Amino acid sequence: MVKEEFPLKKVCIICAKGTIEDVYATLVMSNGAVMEGIETKIFFTFFGLDAITKKQMKSLHTGTVGNPAMRMPGGLPFPTLLGILPGVEAGVSSMMKSQMEALDIPPVQEFLEMIEAGGGEVFACKLAMDMFKLKKEDLWDGVKAVLTVGEFYEMCGGLQTQIIFT
Amino acid sequence: MAQKNFAGISVDVNDEGYMTNPSQWTKDIAREIAKEEGIELTEKHYSLLEFLRQKQAKGESLTIRSVGTSGFIDIKGFYQLFPGAPMKKAAKIAGIPKPASCV
Repeated sequence: MVKEEFPLKKVCIICAKGTIEDVYATLVMSNGAVMEGIETKIFFTFFGLDAITKKQMKSLHTGTVGNPAMRMPGGLPFPTLLGILPGVEAGVSSMMKSQMEALDIPPVQEFLEMIEAGGGEVFACKLAMDMFKLKKEDLWDGVKAVLTVGEFYEMCGGLQTQIIFT
Repeated sequence: MAQKNFAGISVDVNDEGYMTNPSQWTKDIAREIAKEEGIELTEKHYSLLEFLRQKQAKGESLTIRSVGTSGFIDIKGFYQLFPGAPMKKAAKIAGIPKPASCV
């Protein structure tokens, strides 16, 4: 029997967290979809809003506390107590960024611009904006609209569409 | 290995239609592959294809960002030249392997 394939036509990706790795999971998945010719819509909510907030988008951090997958450069475990020291989180974060740069993974804003250039669309969550007292002007200029959850779902219709929560 | 005939020349391709021997590539072959992808090649396309071929020959990974900083074209223009899946289509037409990079 021949298995019938139904290639993806649209992905709706939700980013609710603001660490480097959470935001980049969203950006890499989104850019990858755009590069495949898949219609792409991204919805930033809660702490994920940091990725599209002008003031924060250039200074995302990786959390150095409570992450059992975190290792020292040599592969030894990274003690949580070390993670609480001043400057450690900043150091780890800048190391993450330089590792990504080496792989040609761009900074957040440039990545968003690449996604936009390929036709991907970026949205912000209205409820989270209200909660964090953010206005549309506080957001990156490429943000297409501020949406309610219902409005976002309306965009996610259609066959061969997937919603991805990173 | 599968063979495919483009512009009267028989070339080696894999099962996805990517050429496996970049040295067999010619501009005529590129034009034929592009036609299959629904693209009419212009000089702009060709200069970009050459850029990708050179990068691949040097063993550098092909990322969409590197195309954007190549000086030939910005990323938006790249999507317009090769609509849909630009990196894959451009690689196929340039006679080089399918890009292995996720970005």
